[in-house]
Amino acid sequence: MKIVVLVKHVPDAQFDRHLNGAGNTVDRDESILSELDEYALEAALQLAEARGGSKAGNQVIALSMGPSGAVNAVKKALQMGATEGVHVTDDALAGSDAAATSLALAAAVRHLGGVDLVLTGMASTDGETSLVPAQLAERLGLPQVTFASTLEVDGGRLTARRDADTSSETVEAPLPAVVSVTDQINEPRYPNFKGIIAAKRKSITTLSLADIGVDPAQVGFAGSWTSVASAEQRPPRTAGTIITDEGDAGIKLVDFLAAQKLL
Amino acid sequence: MAKVLVFIDNPGASLKKSSLELLTLARSLGGSTVALNGDLSDGVAATLAEYGVGNILRPSAQDLDDFLVAPKAAYVAAAAEASGAGIVLLDNSPEGKEIAARVGIRLNAGVITDVVAVDGDGTAHKSVLAGSYSTACKATTPVSVLTLKANNVIPEPAPAPTTPETATVDVPAVAAAARITAREQKVASGRPDLTDARIVVAGGRGMDGDFGPVEELADALGAAVGASRAATDAGWISHDAQVGQTGKTVSPQLYISAGISGAIQQKAGMQTSQVIVAVNKDAESPVFEIADFGIIGDVFDVLPQAAAEIKKRKG
Ligand SMILES: Cc1cc2nc3c(=O)[nH]c(=O)nc-3n(C[C@H](O)[C@H](O)[C@@H](O)COP(=O)(O)OP(=O)(O)OC[C@H]3O[C@@H](n4cnc5c(N)ncnc54)[C@H](O)[C@@H]3O)c2cc1C
Repeated sequence: MKIVVLVKHVPDAQFDRHLNGAGNTVDRDESILSELDEYALEAALQLAEARGGSKAGNQVIALSMGPSGAVNAVKKALQMGATEGVHVTDDALAGSDAAATSLALAAAVRHLGGVDLVLTGMASTDGETSLVPAQLAERLGLPQVTFASTLEVDGGRLTARRDADTSSETVEAPLPAVVSVTDQINEPRYPNFKGIIAAKRKSITTLSLADIGVDPAQVGFAGSWTSVASAEQRPPRTAGTIITDEGDAGIKLVDFLAAQKLL
Repeated sequence: MAKVLVFIDNPGASLKKSSLELLTLARSLGGSTVALNGDLSDGVAATLAEYGVGNILRPSAQDLDDFLVAPKAAYVAAAAEASGAGIVLLDNSPEGKEIAARVGIRLNAGVITDVVAVDGDGTAHKSVLAGSYSTACKATTPVSVLTLKANNVIPEPAPAPTTPETATVDVPAVAAAARITAREQKVASGRPDLTDARIVVAGGRGMDGDFGPVEELADALGAAVGASRAATDAGWISHDAQVGQTGKTVSPQLYISAGISGAIQQKAGMQTSQVIVAVNKDAESPVFEIADFGIIGDVFDVLPQAAAEIKKRKG
């Protein structure tokens, strides 16, 4: 099987994150592999391993689109066990919205050719729009399964389960397909020493827009269909009153709610 | 003023509050057409008239619910073209966003998610990076596709009701879509919906397997019950109750956090609540950094006492 896993390079959510520049884009210094993409990668590795791994010709290709630093997301994926990496990078990509991102990623998937499955996280941890997987499927004309909490592949078909608000669903689709997975699907592995050493020998292909046949005018600030006109940092929440329970904190809580007119 | 298309999916016997919010916003932006999927009951038809809907569109195909979103997106895009809509409005549920995503590609239209308000010129407001920024975004395309977060518009019927006309839209064929082969309905809790509740009481690891006190306080307040990932992973409560980065994002008037430490991924889902109350034994819990009212105490003492006091005061 040839599986492409999309891995996004995002600012670490443990620290303060910022928008900056004229286009109010996310500041990507201090970025990491989006933690939700680790679940997609683990799902890919499990599917490949169940079929005899790379020795049996299974490929798990980690694909990222982004500035030079985004190659670190690809490297982490290689350390976890992806067989090869692809980094789409081009100055013209800066400022891409979900539509432009999905355009470039779809072109990269087509460029790789013969892909059976595209796996993604349920959302990036920065943009958090969850638009990319569905847009990628629409652009590639493939079936989409989003928010999969289980995934099985048998021959040319996949079966997944997903949770909606009022029901749980079982879905089936023929391959090739685009699947986004939730953090319920598995427990991602940590890269071990062997994996870190092995990753150094794996190849990372760098692709420009010309390589994947995308016109620079279709991506980046120029080609995006949305733009952020203004952004205002909200004052961080500050701590209010803190009391220690002396046997009547429940009553004091109700007093507080009454004073706030919340009862 | 723009023509606005509102997508409403399987309303059943009556419209949800979030649908009424979409209709109210649509009216403030221009004339509204509804693209409906599913049966049009008398009750829903009456409400659509009350909310000033000009036209009701229905799909030519009956099997949209058998597939994952692709045919619904094809239908909504065709309905937008048929009605000449400049703005397409959907709810902000995961499915609403996915339909929006594909409609955007079909119409060459920018998609903006998590919208909380829309100006007359189509500028949409949303908060990003876990509530740390408020932004104004705009689609640069002739059509914009917006998904509206619940609880940001007060539903209001039109000054005068309309008599909507009904028409059918041909659903274009879709190349490939995943088929839904089984569907298990979940049991309704009878409590308000987590995503649009006015009050949320959420429990975490500190509940130690017993959500009784959380539920009791929630019921005294007429609130929805939420949980941290630790609590849902432990199986103490259904995964649907999870609040946070990979669960539901809530922005109620009041959020009570009980026995939750306040990890960044949990806080991400509740940051925009108006008032935050935290009850936790551990004075070092990060949740106290953002609580308007914090109680260092045992959830098993504080929650039942508060629930009893509320019942007493409410008589
Ligand atoms: C303030 C602000 C508001 C924004 N609002 C919108 C908006 O409303 N609409 C809009 O279209 N865009 C918006 N954007 C842009 C958007 O956040 C991203 O930049 C867009 O390129 C990708 O969307 P996402 O990160 O939300 O992806 P998601 O759809 O959340 O990502 C899902 C998965 O797709 C894959 N993926 C996504 N991007 C990449 C990548 N570059 N490389 C590899 N894999 C990837 C990953 O597997 C990821 O887990 C906004 C940006 C800012 C700064």
